[in-house]
Amino acid sequence: MYAYDELDRTLINERVSEFRDQVKRRLSGELTEDEFKILRLQNGVYLQLHAYMFRVAIPYGTLSSKQLRRLAHVARRYDRGYGHFTTRQNIQFNWIKLAELPDALSDLAEVGIHAMQTSGNNMRNVTSDQWAGVAPGEIEDPRIWSEILRQHTTLHPEFSFLPRKFKIAITASEHDRAAIKIHDIGLRLHKNADGETGFEVLVGGGLGRTPFIAKTIKPFVHGRDILSYVEAILRVYNQYGRRDNIYKARIKILVHELGIEKFAREVEEEWKAMGDVGLTLDHAAIEEVRSRFSYPPYEKLPHMPDELKQAAHDPLFERWRKNSVAPHKVQGYSIVTLSLKPVGGPPGDATAEQMDAVADLADKYSFGEIRVGHEQNLALPHVAKCDLPQLFKALDRLGLATPNVNLVTDIIACPGLDYCSLANARSIPIAQELTRRFANHDTADLIGRLHINISGCINACGHHHVGHIGILGVEKNGEEFYQITIGGRADENAQLGTLIGPAVPYAEVADVIEDIVEAYLALRDRPEELFVDTVKRLGVEPIRERVYATR
Amino acid sequence: MTSPLEQKKIRITGPSVVTANRTWDGAVVYRTAKQGWSTELSDSAVVSTSDDARALLAEATADDVGAVGPYIAPVELKDGGKLKPGNLREHIRAKGVTIDLQVPA
Repeated sequence: MYAYDELDRTLINERVSEFRDQVKRRLSGELTEDEFKILRLQNGVYLQLHAYMFRVAIPYGTLSSKQLRRLAHVARRYDRGYGHFTTRQNIQFNWIKLAELPDALSDLAEVGIHAMQTSGNNMRNVTSDQWAGVAPGEIEDPRIWSEILRQHTTLHPEFSFLPRKFKIAITASEHDRAAIKIHDIGLRLHKNADGETGFEVLVGGGLGRTPFIAKTIKPFVHGRDILSYVEAILRVYNQYGRRDNIYKARIKILVHELGIEKFAREVEEEWKAMGDVGLTLDHAAIEEVRSRFSYPPYEKLPHMPDELKQAAHDPLFERWRKNSVAPHKVQGYSIVTLSLKPVGGPPGDATAEQMDAVADLADKYSFGEIRVGHEQNLALPHVAKCDLPQLFKALDRLGLATPNVNLVTDIIACPGLDYCSLANARSIPIAQELTRRFANHDTADLIGRLHINISGCINACGHHHVGHIGILGVEKNGEEFYQITIGGRADENAQLGTLIGPAVPYAEVADVIEDIVEAYLALRDRPEELFVDTVKRLGVEPIRERVYATR
Repeated sequence: MTSPLEQKKIRITGPSVVTANRTWDGAVVYRTAKQGWSTELSDSAVVSTSDDARALLAEATADDVGAVGPYIAPVELKDGGKLKPGNLREHIRAKGVTIDLQVPA
């Protein structure tokens, strides 16, 4: 966990006071909506179809049990008793009243939570691997660097009025769980030949109406230089980025138009020209941030405790363990993913009761810590293996032990037309229907790792371009239609999916997805060949032929 | 959402209302014939010509304190004069989400 200092607490509290005054002036008519809009967006407040939507930051996906209980309180006191975890380590409340928002922000500020950098054309919440600090083989905890960037960018004037929103993600593991290649800047921690820690810097990733995979502009930037290097990237973006056209304003467009080599040269020249601007991190500064992250007092525990051996006779437990429990860097401990994708449920939603119960379980089994991943699931990062059987029973009672992590029903979906003012089509009902179609866990296991991502419009909040199967809702003559892509992925081998055929109407989407999965099962080389690997080996055509032959 | 300025160019093709979100809580509201706002579609002022639609929108836009983002939305006039939302988006705004919530509203 990261411990806020007095400066952080003062900043958050002052922000609440400012926003309380702004809301008061808006409601009295002193501020028009045009004047107020940028202020509310700087505090995570959107206006959606039915109400205001309040997006709260969960920096680098780390929450304490106290913070999660407070999110539950906000859901219960100010909203309709649930929240929606997003694809960028935030939580959204869908039914909040503007008049009550300052009180909600104030309640959150008491536990160090805020909504800064969750909307607007600024540097957004820096995201990271939800397994940061506990994943085996990690270079080091990437949250230290996320926090350094967070401190540097929060309320920084140069980063608060950018041409468009700007997103950074950091990973420190070989397997990328932070989807860094679909971010404006992706940072991969690694060591150089001299054993020094630094970053591979990737720029220009992003989805939306013009999707791009980020490209490397520098293979190694020393950790001490990362702030100045990011600043150089932002300076080039601020100088050349387009402000005349919202659809061409993201840095990915600039990188594409300049070309990656020229863009990289511009950044390098800017970085050198900047000289020493006081952004070089000395050892003490890095260690100061590092010291504010506390790690649990792990015990020396056996690799295979008796409790685990006994529980292995229970097939339900064993299925869940194999699916949702991952190795931990400390012997005797595990990382447990809590699926927020129950069959028939809205992906990523959690009720206030579930949040409270998870907080209690975190206290009991995970040193009071919870993680939030971009796949819209939660995780308990420090669970002793001997506690897994008891934890499973508790999670099962809460509906949080669906053994579908990374399987076909672990669907990423945006709120879609049920909530969102930008959406053209619904996402959640499509996801719900698909989870019903593939509800049989044996079938899901047989299919293997398969990510379905659904967006209700081209803005791609559901990351459909990088779903193994991507579903994009569009509107045709007043009806909901869905374009389907296959072969995308968001990990270290990120790539965009390929359109498989003509858009299909709402009622046919689940049938088409079932046919795609059936085609894959028939075409795969062996049971271990994953869906994306079959698509990569064969291309789209053989699957297209089978799926669209009778349509 | 189409901005009011852009909507000045829009010609309506059937019965329409002006809708927005109430400022203090964001609730869906409809402009009434009495120059107020109502959460009930049935209370809406219904317009049938582009000139009337523009006038209703201008009047609604002037009330920036009462509601946010007013725009013209299509409606269907059913037998007996009952109003129905004219498309799926407006149906969802009027009736709520199309999914069962985990928590009763």
